Amino acid sequence: MANKILVVDDEPNIVLSLEFLMKQAGFQVRTASDGEAALTAVAAEPPDLVLLDVMMPRKNGYEVCQAIRANPDWKGVRIIMLTAKGREVEREKGLALGADDYITKPFSTKEVVERVRELLAEAG
Amino acid sequence: MLSDGVIITSALIYMGVLFGIAYYGDQRADAGRSIIANPYIYTLSLAIYCTAWTFYGSVGLAATRGVDFLPIYLGPTLMAVLFWLVLRRIVRITKTHRITSIADFVASRYGKSGLLAGMVTVIVVIGILPYISIQLKAIATSFSLLRQYPQVAMPAFSTQQPFWADTTFLVALVLIVFAILFGTRHIDTTERHEGMVTAVAFESLFKLVVFVLVGLVVTFGMFDGPGALFQQAAARPDLATLMRFEVVPGGYGGWLSLTFLSMMAFLFLPRQFQVLVVENVNEAHIRKATWLFPLYLFAINLFVLPIALGGRLTFTSGEVDADMFVLGLPMALHKPDLALLVFLGGLSAATSMILFETVALSTMLCNDVVIPILLRLNPRWLAGRADWSGLLLGIRRAGIAAIILLGYLYFRFVGESYALVASGLISFAAAAQFAPPILIGLYWKRANRRGALLGLSGGFLVWAYTLLLPAMARSGWISVSFVDHGPFGLELLKPYALFGLRDMDPYMHAVFWSMLANVGGLVFGSMLTRTDAIEQVQGSEFVNILERERHDGDSLLWRGVVETAELYDLLARFIGPPRATEAFDRYARDHGGYPLSADSRLIHYTERLLAGAIGAASARVMISSIVMGEVLSIEEVMTILDESTQVIEYSRRLEQKSGELEAASAELREANHRLRELDRLKNEFISTVTHELRTPLTSIRAFSEILLANPDMDVEQRSKFLGIIVRESERLTRLINQVLDMAKMDSGRTEWRIENLDLRALIQDAISSTSQLFHDKAVTLRENLGELPVQITGDHDRLTQVVINLLSNAVKFCPEQTGEVLIWLRHTTDCWRIEVIDNGPGIARDQHKLVFEKFHQVNDRLAGKPKGTGLGLPISQKIVEHHGGRIWVESEIGQGATFIVELPGQA
Repeated sequence: MANKILVVDDEPNIVLSLEFLMKQAGFQVRTASDGEAALTAVAAEPPDLVLLDVMMPRKNGYEVCQAIRANPDWKGVRIIMLTAKGREVEREKGLALGADDYITKPFSTKEVVERVRELLAEAG
Repeated sequence: MLSDGVIITSALIYMGVLFGIAYYGDQRADAGRSIIANPYIYTLSLAIYCTAWTFYGSVGLAATRGVDFLPIYLGPTLMAVLFWLVLRRIVRITKTHRITSIADFVASRYGKSGLLAGMVTVIVVIGILPYISIQLKAIATSFSLLRQYPQVAMPAFSTQQPFWADTTFLVALVLIVFAILFGTRHIDTTERHEGMVTAVAFESLFKLVVFVLVGLVVTFGMFDGPGALFQQAAARPDLATLMRFEVVPGGYGGWLSLTFLSMMAFLFLPRQFQVLVVENVNEAHIRKATWLFPLYLFAINLFVLPIALGGRLTFTSGEVDADMFVLGLPMALHKPDLALLVFLGGLSAATSMILFETVALSTMLCNDVVIPILLRLNPRWLAGRADWSGLLLGIRRAGIAAIILLGYLYFRFVGESYALVASGLISFAAAAQFAPPILIGLYWKRANRRGALLGLSGGFLVWAYTLLLPAMARSGWISVSFVDHGPFGLELLKPYALFGLRDMDPYMHAVFWSMLANVGGLVFGSMLTRTDAIEQVQGSEFVNILERERHDGDSLLWRGVVETAELYDLLARFIGPPRATEAFDRYARDHGGYPLSADSRLIHYTERLLAGAIGAASARVMISSIVMGEVLSIEEVMTILDESTQVIEYSRRLEQKSGELEAASAELREANHRLRELDRLKNEFISTVTHELRTPLTSIRAFSEILLANPDMDVEQRSKFLGIIVRESERLTRLINQVLDMAKMDSGRTEWRIENLDLRALIQDAISSTSQLFHDKAVTLRENLGELPVQITGDHDRLTQVVINLLSNAVKFCPEQTGEVLIWLRHTTDCWRIEVIDNGPGIARDQHKLVFEKFHQVNDRLAGKPKGTGLGLPISQKIVEHHGGRIWVESEIGQGATFIVELPGQA
């Protein structure tokens, strides 16, 4: 049973690249291009992990993260934040809001795949 | 029949009535219900200006010189116009400093100078004698004329007659008694005489009514109205000239000098100063008098010419002196009752003048001449006297008697040969000598005592030489050759043609030279000599009287120590214990008690009160005689004044500095705030730029790594990924360029190449550059650019950038296939207008401004296509604004969008 991954970003090319990478790693992938679409997708079928961009129209990544954490049904959903703002504060903020990991853009494709795998392995 | 008894009894009854009115006025004043506290009484009292000279003399002058009598009334009318400017100032000063006379005023202004006060007094006494003499002459002549009724013939006067048999002398004696009864009943600290003012007001009304009555009787009783009268007069060649202006001797210059003289005399004759200034109870009365008094003058002058002409037509030449026409005409008409009224009218005009003049003069003589001399001769004896008020009254009474007797002597030995007006003008010219020290002193702080002394003595000497001496010569007291050929035959020194200034009216001549000496002396004397501290203090107090709150500058001048009781004793000696007690009680009320040992303020207060009784200069001497320790030296006063001025100046500067600091710190706060805002914007900008740079970089890196890790990827996918890499790289390049562009424009370092260009061709270039975009999306582009080139000036490349930006935005938001874009160039009022209209999704109203902000992006989700940089429109806006144009968007959601650029330029 392949793990289900939800890729959320408003940049189509980034979504495309992540989708490719995750599929190549053997995950089942869905995509969303803004915060609200992401929550709808989560509600439809909670994924095992969300790759979540921060700066997005209609609900940013932090809000989405909070919303997911606020729902006990989605306790098992892992969240990795992706951000193009490289400041330490952003990272702290993401982790404080309940994100499991934090990756800065531009990312190394290897690293993204490894982090996703690690998290999913931790979760068992 | 009019027996001596009838005339004298009527005169005495009339005087009794006046006295009664005066007594009533004083009673009311003492009871605190002043009868003179209204502008009408004040205005009527000013009419004391119209003496026997006006009553009899105006007609006399008009009968020989026509309208020449008018300047004497034009002057006061002009002065009345200036009341609010000049008189109000003088009144305010007089009240503040408790000034009691014109001598006191001049002395106070110039540092309470006793010498100056004495000099003013002497000038006034000598100068006024001709004036008093003509009043005596008028009373005596009118009496002598009236007692011969029904016969109308000028009485024969003779200087051979012993003086005790002279009617004029008897008149003088009676007036002395009345003046003493009226004017010196008690000593007042303010030297005001409400009773006398009330009587004068009544008297002014009485003489006006009588004069107008005579005018009416002559005009309508003897002749059939003014028309007939003037017609008859015009028939006589010698009278016709009287109604024209040609008769004025000295021409307009003569008029001017007479008007000037009477202006000054109206303010500065002692009695005028008394009623105008000292007796004024309310500054507001001045305002009403400004127009009411000229009205009075108009009324009393209305019938002067008719009576004069009537007299000339009735009497043969020389039969009756023209000065006596007013009385002679009713007698000739056989109206003894009217004649008697005229006599009383003239009597009251003369007596009120003499009363006020002598009371004012005697006060000055006493305060400014006799007391200072006594103080100098034997100060200890005087200071030891328990009761001064008796002594003061005695001196004043003697003064009154002396002045009236001197006036009689002048009449008897000099004035008899002169007409009323001629003698009066000599006095006017004397009074005018006070104009420079007072008027200049009111406005020029630097005028000082030495200057005033120099000017006054110079002016007075010239006056005496050019007017008084010739008058004496005419009367045979000095050789007439002195007038005709100058002293010792020196033509240059002829009193009527000084330094060769000939062919001038004697009065104008005298006014010219005396004013030259007076003003010159004052100005040069003041500029060339040192000004003492007290003069500076008084000078600035006088000049700034209206601007400044009460400021006891001169109280600084007292430093010594004196027991309060001693001060009280001194004051009580002069004004009596009840008034002194009252004054000290008032001080205690205002200042919360008084110290046992008087401070400078209390000393100063006492000095002011004392000044009211004995004049500023004498009061100063009295106070310094009991204050232990001297008056501060000039240097000390200067130091105190300087120090306080310095402190004031210093604190003023501090205040100014702190104000400046406050403003500066507010500015700094503002600047700081702006800087912080700018800093925040800059950080935000950097953070946004970083984000925007990282985004394409992320795609580039991700796809490059993917391609690197998957060498066996199928060709189609590989070329798709490579295409993304290329486009994102282009996006990155564009972004970097635009960020640099933006930064340059923000900091103003952009180079602009402004040239003449064809806007239409420029748009066509832009269209062909973007044609590929339209082709790719199958969006239709329609253009409406007109037929002719459009000449404007601008930067070709930048403007092309704007048009390309608008076109590519439009195509980006248009739907594929059905998309349509219209570009339209046309001329409006004074602009060229480019519109780019698309049929895309439109932009919500609240976004219309935001789209021009940096990195603000309208959502566009076009998969696979990189977004804009978010800098295109902000840069376009900067370019358009640099060209003096503007750019904005008009759109509704679902209705497409229209971007409009306007660039200034003519069609």
